[in-house]
Amino acid sequence: MADIAVPEVKKDIETPLPQEGTMAHLQPFPAAEQHMKPLNFPPTRVENWQQKGVEKLGEMLKKYRSLQVFMDICVKCGSCTDKCHYFLGTGDPNNMPVQRAELLRSVYRRYFTPAGKLFPKVVNAVDLDEDTLKKWFTYFHQCSQCRRCSVFCPYGIDTAEISMAAREIMDSIGVGHKYTTEIIGKVHSIGNNLGIPQPALKGTLQFLEEDMLDNTGHEVRLPLDQEGAEVLLVPPSADFFSEPHIQSLMGYAKVFHQAGISFTVSSYGSEAANFGMFIGSYDQKQKIAKRIADQARELKVKRIVVGECGHAWRVAYSFWNTLNGPFDFLDPRYPVPQHVCEFTYDLYKQGALVFDKEANDAHTITFHDSCNVARASRMGSSCGGQFEIPRALIKATANKFVDMDPDTTHEKTFCCGGGGGLLTDELMDLRVRGALPRITALKRVMDEKGVNYLALICAICKAQFNKILPMYGIPMDMVGGVHALVSNAIQLGAKKGIV
Amino acid sequence: MLALIAYAALLVFFIGFTWRILTYWRSPAPLKIPTTPAPTSTGGVVWRLFTEVAFFNSLFKGNKWTWAGGYLFHAALAVVLIRHLRYFVDSLPPFFAYIQIAGIIAGLIMVKALGFLLIRRLWVARTRAISSLADYLILALLLAIGLSGLLMKFVFRPDIVEIKTAMINWVTFQEVTTPGDALFLLHFVLVLLLMAIFPFSKLMHMGGLFFSPTRNQVDNPRERKHVNPWANKAVE
Ligand code: HEM
Ligand code: SF4
Ligand code: SF4
Ligand code: SF4
Repeated sequence: MADIAVPEVKKDIETPLPQEGTMAHLQPFPAAEQHMKPLNFPPTRVENWQQKGVEKLGEMLKKYRSLQVFMDICVKCGSCTDKCHYFLGTGDPNNMPVQRAELLRSVYRRYFTPAGKLFPKVVNAVDLDEDTLKKWFTYFHQCSQCRRCSVFCPYGIDTAEISMAAREIMDSIGVGHKYTTEIIGKVHSIGNNLGIPQPALKGTLQFLEEDMLDNTGHEVRLPLDQEGAEVLLVPPSADFFSEPHIQSLMGYAKVFHQAGISFTVSSYGSEAANFGMFIGSYDQKQKIAKRIADQARELKVKRIVVGECGHAWRVAYSFWNTLNGPFDFLDPRYPVPQHVCEFTYDLYKQGALVFDKEANDAHTITFHDSCNVARASRMGSSCGGQFEIPRALIKATANKFVDMDPDTTHEKTFCCGGGGGLLTDELMDLRVRGALPRITALKRVMDEKGVNYLALICAICKAQFNKILPMYGIPMDMVGGVHALVSNAIQLGAKKGIV
Repeated sequence: MLALIAYAALLVFFIGFTWRILTYWRSPAPLKIPTTPAPTSTGGVVWRLFTEVAFFNSLFKGNKWTWAGGYLFHAALAVVLIRHLRYFVDSLPPFFAYIQIAGIIAGLIMVKALGFLLIRRLWVARTRAISSLADYLILALLLAIGLSGLLMKFVFRPDIVEIKTAMINWVTFQEVTTPGDALFLLHFVLVLLLMAIFPFSKLMHMGGLFFSPTRNQVDNPRERKHVNPWANKAVE
């Protein structure tokens, strides 16, 4: 990875001039037969792929209003052109959301609109040929499906939807993406993205329990597959093994312990992430999400709480009910599912938790709104709770909090650069450059406000920043979960539970 | 002859527009995908759409210059369209006299705003990069319509009575004597052209906006199960 040029961080986020082809070289590894087969995708490119691809597009236009409307109504106003972190970081015009969408739209025009059939040159309509497919594979894998473009579009055109559709079309003709398909295979065969088998998971949880006992003197439990627990906890699997994710996992466990609420992790449902969304596949999304609903039934829990994971929360919050609902077998007093930040903050407000804010005094904290939480979900009962609740929780557990530039937070937040199925090493060049806008805003508060802790609620964000910050000369130990702060501040045994 | 072509263009517009809207209407929205923070009630969604239509709210967030140009153009277009009623309706309420003045000012603004949008499209490297010939042609067509209209108003004044009679006869399906003024004929034919291409072009943003799921959905997926109409069913 020596050839990766880390861009210079300026004081402000600057919009580059479009420069044709700067990222044309960068493609993810294609999926091989063994990755495609388990997902029922054609193992290799099908023979009449052009025809099949166009047919698939036609089918999807009938299934997705979003796609049909977005294909028609873009006026090329340009409002989205300087909003994507990948454009801001690379200057490649195909990373401007409208141009990315245009890669699919131009094919749509060619085969599905009178204007594109009659005057392809005038309206920019192109055939689905080798060159187009190559561009699709390249640039639809340079979109992290973060929806920032959709915020600024006068019609809410969401390029994330379009890249999901394009990926689904490619899968249907046997042109897959290794990283995402391989991971989905693991979820089905083992239960989580990292491929951690049950015994290893059990060992880790026991180890963490001992660790917490040593450090706190309290028997904080991390139960696995325990029938009859009150809550099914579904963290992203990175929380079991990766730093700094693991600190958050201990934070969740301490909250349960202190509140006196029993919970369990399920080995077969030990993964909140749902990569089915990244590849746009409704079936995969549904199948992956069904594991959790099934496990909730099997373990006879009353509530489901989802850990710190951005896109996982989107799927859980926005899609679970549609995919596998209704969840009428769970306790109707609580929303299904609940985000762990909602859960913890609720308990805190009820007085079930006591925090010692000084425990976090070494940190001056800022918060990165994870894109999928910010723009594709909610927490709490009122509009915008996804911004307020994590911040309120941070402020409850720490004394020093500052926000970054408002143009880079809340609904205008920038993606970390690694979401949407792009958290893979061969795309490192893109990930580094795509992080530039976020790093710029972060660096600013580091320099001006002394920020030394970047609080996150997304497994991908944590992994991405952990890797990318050092490349920008920022120490990686400033990355941490919101529940790592909770873990530091929570007073165990201070008061016992809510019951 | 012209009257027939005009009916044809009008027909293409109405049928085409309805066909597109029905297409949007019928296509299902399988999942909840509002861009959040989104309203949690239907009333909130109506308000959200209203702010998009009446103020171009999201565009305002995105780009102030485009917003200014675009907003002026659309607002002026709306006023101009209302003013044009007087050529199609025999007797209008008296307050319409005021709209005439506003309409003329709006005509001037509309053309300037269009000019601005065109220059901006050419000037800014990013918008230049995303524009196809069609994007310029639509602006050019609207500009030509606006300019030919203004020329009639300020320079080469045609016989308004003759035109008004022709138009009223046209909309009431009576025999039409084609007006002789060349400038008017140009203006009229360009408008017919605009109507005929409307349903097949990006101008459908006018109707499509209301069907955009990221803007028209209520944010309540946990409270109410959103049903996917094609779940576990083969699509026809
Ligand atoms: C519900 C009604 C409508 C709404 C809410 C609406 C909204 C918008 C918005 C937000 C834009 C982007 C800003 C811009 O580039 O100017 C736009 C662009 C445009 N609209 Fe509309 N519009 C409507 C009706 C119409 C109609 C009736 C026409 C023409 C007959 C029209 C012609 C255009 C054109 C040509 C553009 C592109 C301008 C450019 O190239 O910069 N719109 N519209
Ligand atoms: S903001 Fe929306 S309408 Fe404007 S160019 Fe981008 S996608 Fe098209
Ligand atoms: S969804 Fe995000 S990554 Fe994709 S085009 Fe839009 S802004 Fe860029
Ligand atoms: S990783 Fe985090 S910021 Fe990036 S795509 Fe996911 S939720 Fe968004």
